[in-house]
Amino acid sequence: MSGNDFFGDLRDLYQEVILDHGRKPRNFRRLEDADSTSRGDNPMCGDRMELFLKMTPDGHIADAAFQGRGCAVSMASASLMTETVKGKTPQEAQALGTAFRDLAMTGQCPTCAASLEDAMERLSPLSGVHEFPSRVKCATLAWHTLNAALAGAKEASSE
Amino acid sequence: MSFDVHRIRQDFPILSQPQHGKPLVFLDSGASAQKPRAVIDAMTRCMETAYANVHRGAYRLSEVATDAYEASRGAVARFINAPDAREVVFTRNSTEAINLVAHSWGRGVMRPDQAVLISELEHHANIVPWQMLRDDRGNPLRVCRVTDSGELDMEDLAAKLADGKVGLVALAHMSNVLGTVTPVERVVALAHAHGAKVLLDGSQAVVHRRVDVAAIGCDFYCFTGHKLYGPTGIGVLWGKLEHLDRMPPFLGGGDMIESVSFEKSTWAKPPARFEAGTPAIIEAVGLHAAIDYVNAIGMPAIEAHERALVDHAMRKLSDVPGLTLLGRAQDRGGVFAFALDNAHPHDLSTLLDRAGICIRAGRHCAEPLHTRFGLEQGTARASFGLYTTPEEVDYLAGALVKAREFFA
Repeated sequence: MSGNDFFGDLRDLYQEVILDHGRKPRNFRRLEDADSTSRGDNPMCGDRMELFLKMTPDGHIADAAFQGRGCAVSMASASLMTETVKGKTPQEAQALGTAFRDLAMTGQCPTCAASLEDAMERLSPLSGVHEFPSRVKCATLAWHTLNAALAGAKEASSE
Repeated sequence: MSFDVHRIRQDFPILSQPQHGKPLVFLDSGASAQKPRAVIDAMTRCMETAYANVHRGAYRLSEVATDAYEASRGAVARFINAPDAREVVFTRNSTEAINLVAHSWGRGVMRPDQAVLISELEHHANIVPWQMLRDDRGNPLRVCRVTDSGELDMEDLAAKLADGKVGLVALAHMSNVLGTVTPVERVVALAHAHGAKVLLDGSQAVVHRRVDVAAIGCDFYCFTGHKLYGPTGIGVLWGKLEHLDRMPPFLGGGDMIESVSFEKSTWAKPPARFEAGTPAIIEAVGLHAAIDYVNAIGMPAIEAHERALVDHAMRKLSDVPGLTLLGRAQDRGGVFAFALDNAHPHDLSTLLDRAGICIRAGRHCAEPLHTRFGLEQGTARASFGLYTTPEEVDYLAGALVKAREFFA
């Protein structure tokens, strides 16, 4: 029996994109000249990340990077997040975060604006997490941390 | 009667409930064990035929319930070879038992300059109450080191007792992460020689070993019902009567007083002094049934089964590529925490769940221990019960190999 059959429908959660970003997270580095940083903690499981944002003079996110440790879902989510928020305004990034949390919790995105469609498409491999209530926090930790960074808070918790 | 694990499994209704279409392989008994039919039935019978509040009604049903509650206390006393049933205090769980000692002994009897000595392998339940005592009263907290193999560093223990300033040693009898069984007789001898009392957290040990508090010689011993195949909501604090007698109450209320006036109340004698309010009557009956159940199988038979299972698991898990076992103590029970090189514990737990296997992932309420071993991200943990089979261990090992391929 192959691993795929043995573990039932788990490829729905661990799609190749997730495994790839989990193994090799993008933007996994420290931004020394960051304009804002924030730490995210999931005290239940010990996941921890530090997020760095660099802004353009006109207030767009110029660069986003992170460092930390966690499961494949939390690492992949943080990796995909840093890719999708670049070039966005804080308002756009926050709207994307709200839409993503809906996606992670319900598998659907009723609040999804047309302008977010491309970004949501990239985040959609994480939608399978809604079938795993104990793992939703893994997927949303990065977005909680982003909100904290945009709000100027130093720490966020997914609890 | 020989130990027939497959017959024993039939006593546990939940074990025949498939998970995700696969047979349930329950390897999280260290967190909470499953319940045999005897416990379920005893609690139902109590509610259907023999239930009323205890210690107060002057009617037959209340007397029957009181007798059942007190009979459970007697069964607990015999189970751990306590000389006197009055030394058995019912609590909600081990956590509450430790908090009771931290409050009533720590604040009521110990001097603020006396230290509490714990170890690196403690569960948070045996760390936090002592930190609260320190912050409240100033009692210093000392921490005994654990060796790389996951055993108590006895030299460090001796060194930290040497100045005679330790008032209480509070220690796990068996680690809930490493499986290590601590050398409690030696600890007690050493502690007593330096004027320290000893509290043992037997939450794990009591499930896996015959515990004899008289032979160990400790001052306090605690465990919880739900890990011993009993219900949640009932735990035990055993303490020497001479200690309990000196301790002020933990919680105030009904049942724990001798007399009450608005000026002053006087305390009942132990154990009633520490059992304020209506206790967990049905749960006490369930705990009694659980003890009877374990006794009927026999602790020696359970120990032998588990020893064979532990040896088998050590071999099988060591054969899994990329697996690192946390702790390799000589004396250990059926608890195995491990890390797989390419799978995070939470991913692993989600994956194994789909194969019907329940394991724990995280830091198992022992964050300092994981920090000690450089595993801040946590570990996966498989822990056994008396119903665990070698075939389940094989199935786990096979699933771990497949999980590693899944994440490759």
